[in-house]
Amino acid sequence: MKLFDPHIHMTSRTTDDYERMYAAGVRAVCEPAFWLGQPRTSVGTFADYFDSLVGWERFRAAQFGIAHHCAISLNPKEANDPRLREVLDLLPHYLAKDGVVAVGEVGYDSMTAAEDEVFAAQLRLAIEEGLPVLVHTPHRDKPAGTRRTLDVVRESGIEPGRVLVDHLNELTTALVADSGCWMAFSVYPDTKMDERRTVALLREFGTERMLVNSAADWGRSDPLKTVRTAEAMRAAGFAEDAVERVFWDNPVAFYGQSGRLLLTGDAAEAAPDLTATFAGNSVLRGARPER
Amino acid sequence: MTEPRAATDPDPTAALDDVLAGEPAVWLAHCCAAAADPVVVRRAFPAMGRRLGRGPLRPDADPADVHAWTVDDAGRARLLRAAATGTSGQGRGGLLALLDQLYAHGDAAERRGVLRALDVLPLDEEGLPLLRDALRTNDVRLVAAAVGGRYAARVLPDADLDQAVLKCIFVGVPLAGVAALPARAGPQLARMVADFARERVAAGRSVPADVWLVLERHPGAVDAAELPRELHSPDPPRRGAAERFFAGRRASPAEEA
Repeated sequence: MKLFDPHIHMTSRTTDDYERMYAAGVRAVCEPAFWLGQPRTSVGTFADYFDSLVGWERFRAAQFGIAHHCAISLNPKEANDPRLREVLDLLPHYLAKDGVVAVGEVGYDSMTAAEDEVFAAQLRLAIEEGLPVLVHTPHRDKPAGTRRTLDVVRESGIEPGRVLVDHLNELTTALVADSGCWMAFSVYPDTKMDERRTVALLREFGTERMLVNSAADWGRSDPLKTVRTAEAMRAAGFAEDAVERVFWDNPVAFYGQSGRLLLTGDAAEAAPDLTATFAGNSVLRGARPER
Repeated sequence: MTEPRAATDPDPTAALDDVLAGEPAVWLAHCCAAAADPVVVRRAFPAMGRRLGRGPLRPDADPADVHAWTVDDAGRARLLRAAATGTSGQGRGGLLALLDQLYAHGDAAERRGVLRALDVLPLDEEGLPLLRDALRTNDVRLVAAAVGGRYAARVLPDADLDQAVLKCIFVGVPLAGVAALPARAGPQLARMVADFARERVAAGRSVPADVWLVLERHPGAVDAAELPRELHSPDPPRRGAAERFFAGRRASPAEEA
């Protein structure tokens, strides 16, 4: 079975991960823009980061047979740094690029006034650019943050079917289910959700508008958690078409609203040429393979 | 390579009207009408290939020809010309800032669009830094766009042009598409090209035949680089490379013209 990981930060991962993901059936990913574990201090580093999301990282994924898409945004955590507010001025250009399938991650971290402004501004950009939105819900005070998120989404006028609310759990899923927005679960080795609890929520709420991701990044995480959760669904008695709906059809339907998915079918099956270059560099660091 | 190239036509974007119809044509016209707003331009610029297509502008062009304009190149050039008209009230500074921004945050296709548009914009030498940036890369799309236009032929100083031509030979950008050639091929460039040929021949390697576009203007450089002597080299691969080099002279475009 092929899988689409709708939220994974491949910039922080290794080529070993790409190889293991491909071997386990992952054929497409979406990498939302987020913070890098250490705060950035200038707009220029965001431009370089966005360039790598639409450039080098997409190239690198393709070298391992995986279609890489991205979402672009000023993330909620760094929205609080006044030095970075001008990142908003960069967004119209980057949101117009090929393979940019959403605005995201946006939303709340500490629910400050700055986060309010930046979130609302980016919802307006999503409407103008015709893109869906990936919304991060806060790690702390999650139910209140989720309710506030849904209020801001409603006030923005964006269609709920174009909004994905991520990092949900037992306390927040029902709120989002009632809103008409899409729902996503991040399955982590020890925080957020695990496979068993995710499957229990899928049984309770069904598989419509439901996505599961690994959200793997620079922290302790596992890029194969999508695969493990699919296995847990099967073990719990879900039919194969329900598993495929969650791990392929739903991400394709949600991000497909952008009109910019880069899924080429058989092309992803072809053995990539590892000596190919992007901006003068290759995954072999320019070396030619020994013959 | 016998067709006149788009870059030397009076208006390289005119052919767009033959290939665009319906929604893409309406979209581009709408963007051009609103091009005084830099945000409109910055949104339309990356979307150009998606909206208009990325194929050759002229249906008879070879899609592998790095000098051939694409539909999205022409769309970007037309948009920037509209932006230049729209921002004329703010002086040239507004246009230059926009070009810098589009180039700085552009992927290869967007950068190529900026470089090709230089031919249709009201600029003196302000675009030179962009040409120089493109010529520092080894990306044949950017190198070709930086030397293919009449703007480059007009503003590139001799030393930059000489290095650019040598880079074209090195990375495989055909010299027939370099707008400044053969007219601006000076003795210094001929010396550099002949030395390059000598180095290749001495290594027993082939030399691209289009170097004759430069060398035919200054045949003395071939003798000065002692290339004829290589025909008598005792080393067979070296002698063979010299024979192939001189055979290229007979097949070169300059000879045909």
